[in-house]
Amino acid sequence: MENQLFTISVFTENQVSLLHQISMIFSRRCLNIESLSVSACSIPGVHKFTITCKSTRPMMEHVVKQIEKRIEVLRAFLHTDDEIVFQEVALYKVPTSSVLESGQIEDIVRQNGARVLEIQPEYTVFEKTGHTVEVKALFDRLKPLGLRQFVRSGRIAVTKATLELVDEFLERQEKRRDRLSR
Amino acid sequence: MRALIDQGVDKVFGYPGGQIMPVYDSLYDYSDKIQHYLARHEQGAIHAAEGFARASGKTGVVIATSGPGAMNLITGLNDALMDSTPVVAITGQVPSTLLGKDAFQESDVVSVTLPVTKWSILVRTPEEIAPAVAKAFYIANSGRPGPVVIDIAKDAQVGMAEYRHSSCNFIRSYDPKPEIDESAIQAAADMLNAAERPMILSGHGVTIAGAGSELIELAEKADIPVACTMLGLSSIPTAHPLNKGMLGMHGNLGPNINTNKADVILAVGMRFDDRVTGDTGKYAPGAKIIHIDIDSSEFDKTVGSDLHIHADAKEALGRIAALVNQTKHEAWVESFARHEKVETERVKKQELFPDNEDGKMHMGEVVNKVSEAFGHDAVLVTDVGQNQMFSVRYFSFSSPRSCISSGGLGTMGFGLPASIGAKIAVPERDVVLFVGDGGLQMTIEELGMIMEYNVGVKIILLNNNYLGNVRQWQELFFNSRYSATPMKNPDFVALANAYGIAGENVEHRDALGEAIERMKAHKGVYLLNVNIEEMGMIFPMTPGGHGVDEILLNSTEYYKPV
Repeated sequence: MENQLFTISVFTENQVSLLHQISMIFSRRCLNIESLSVSACSIPGVHKFTITCKSTRPMMEHVVKQIEKRIEVLRAFLHTDDEIVFQEVALYKVPTSSVLESGQIEDIVRQNGARVLEIQPEYTVFEKTGHTVEVKALFDRLKPLGLRQFVRSGRIAVTKATLELVDEFLERQEKRRDRLSR
Repeated sequence: MRALIDQGVDKVFGYPGGQIMPVYDSLYDYSDKIQHYLARHEQGAIHAAEGFARASGKTGVVIATSGPGAMNLITGLNDALMDSTPVVAITGQVPSTLLGKDAFQESDVVSVTLPVTKWSILVRTPEEIAPAVAKAFYIANSGRPGPVVIDIAKDAQVGMAEYRHSSCNFIRSYDPKPEIDESAIQAAADMLNAAERPMILSGHGVTIAGAGSELIELAEKADIPVACTMLGLSSIPTAHPLNKGMLGMHGNLGPNINTNKADVILAVGMRFDDRVTGDTGKYAPGAKIIHIDIDSSEFDKTVGSDLHIHADAKEALGRIAALVNQTKHEAWVESFARHEKVETERVKKQELFPDNEDGKMHMGEVVNKVSEAFGHDAVLVTDVGQNQMFSVRYFSFSSPRSCISSGGLGTMGFGLPASIGAKIAVPERDVVLFVGDGGLQMTIEELGMIMEYNVGVKIILLNNNYLGNVRQWQELFFNSRYSATPMKNPDFVALANAYGIAGENVEHRDALGEAIERMKAHKGVYLLNVNIEEMGMIFPMTPGGHGVDEILLNSTEYYKPV
């Protein structure tokens, strides 16, 4: 079975050691995490991990189940690219002199949908949001100009479904809590 | 301590040390309510806690100090995780101000234990202790049970906080008791009703859920033969006519062969371990598989299922039993007997009634005689290796929670301390331990615990002066190159005597029966050092990577069913 890129979203309580608990499930299988981003999500007190990883579907399905098994994980979901809207952001630092000499600054901004964040006599910082290929295209364009620094964020993604997928689980759990306290 | 008492704890195993001293100091005040059993090594303490949990179903508790104390628990934690054993480990930690500074006896206990526990927490303030304990016990013994660690910084242990009773029966992110899917129950019943050659695989989950009577009800009503995994043994009595024996690498011919003949397999509380399935590509090709488990991550992990039911085994089996038709599968049930007969003729007879002139004994005959002497109703505890395989093959069970063995992790050294914990948990039952000369010496220091607390375990040392299981594999697969498997052993009976433990050597099979009677009649602990044939091998055997129906009857001959 061929490897493909999957996106996993993991909803967790906001507690220490969660990153370790999740990453160990990947490292145990020698799976390399391609990108990772963690932040609060729309539900108060709940954090969301967005992880991308190249592997087979059965392997990733099992990884997701084992992530979900951890006590402080609410739910985890496996997505392919067509099920989500996703984005990354990248920053590029280039010597100002070479940008000016090239005379391409307007083209670079327009054609790549980039923004200039800062211009100093020594350097200029571009920002680009988009998919990996788009970020890479700008990287290739700026490389000949003497790219000094480059950094790309992990993927962030929202699903095309209308509700946060974790809502259903939380509702069910709230009902369970009510039953138990009665 | 009050938090522990609130959880119904009255027995704990442990070993003190610097950073756990405040807990031990408080234990001193509560010694009338909590009995502490001092192990001789932390690994012994946690295996004892596991044995206690496995025999009773209650959560075992172990206490250890920081650093080396906590690290010595790791094997036991992993063992408990693999075998779904509820254990709460309380460890001391350096004061919270010193965390991360390489303080004396500091280990990053939470990080180290996360992969080998169900849950692990570091407590830094006294207020957090009672809620953490309540949560730990809830997690350890709900859903699929497992080990939990509470790592308590020393300043939290000595700090003052008003004790508030804490209880825990809900965690937002954790759902240990899934709602049962009625349509799946109906579908399972339909599949079983339509089946001509159905079979039930009963695992440890049946024992944990206390589902033995539901299992038997279902099996009897729909006339379905039952096979047990090693940890599923004693979920149905050995003598039950529908109990067709043990699955797996050294299991019985009938259930292994018929796994590949069945048309519907109902697998309950088991996880299709590679020791059970052999090559999964050749496993149960003709069967629709129904998988019942409380842990949904087990579904489709190694063997795909046609229907899975995420549920407690007791509830699911009870409901399925209500829906299946009363029926008979005479020819199918009878088909097991054919294989049983071959196994008796070709394997069991030689093992149970050998006639070698030197009188050195076979493990199987010893196990069988001991089982008989205790009316086939003792609690069996085993170590790991040949002693384990012979024990589970030739011991008979009458009641649940009677087979305690390290299954998933295969931990040598588990047996002796686990038998101590088991005897402490169920003092009214006979507890017999079968252990090899290798495994016994891994945790032999726990003879000290037996001596101190008069734990009446019957220890049968199956002594062949070899690491027998590895030796067998060397003979079969490594041209009999016995690398590091012969062992020069001490005088075990003298060693036991040094601990005030009675015992005797049994050199010849003629003396075995009477020696067992003496052991049985002796009040309290007894060690029987049995002189075992060195070159003994455990058969039948499905070599690794082979299909479940490719079974060696001896070193060279595969079983060919007619």
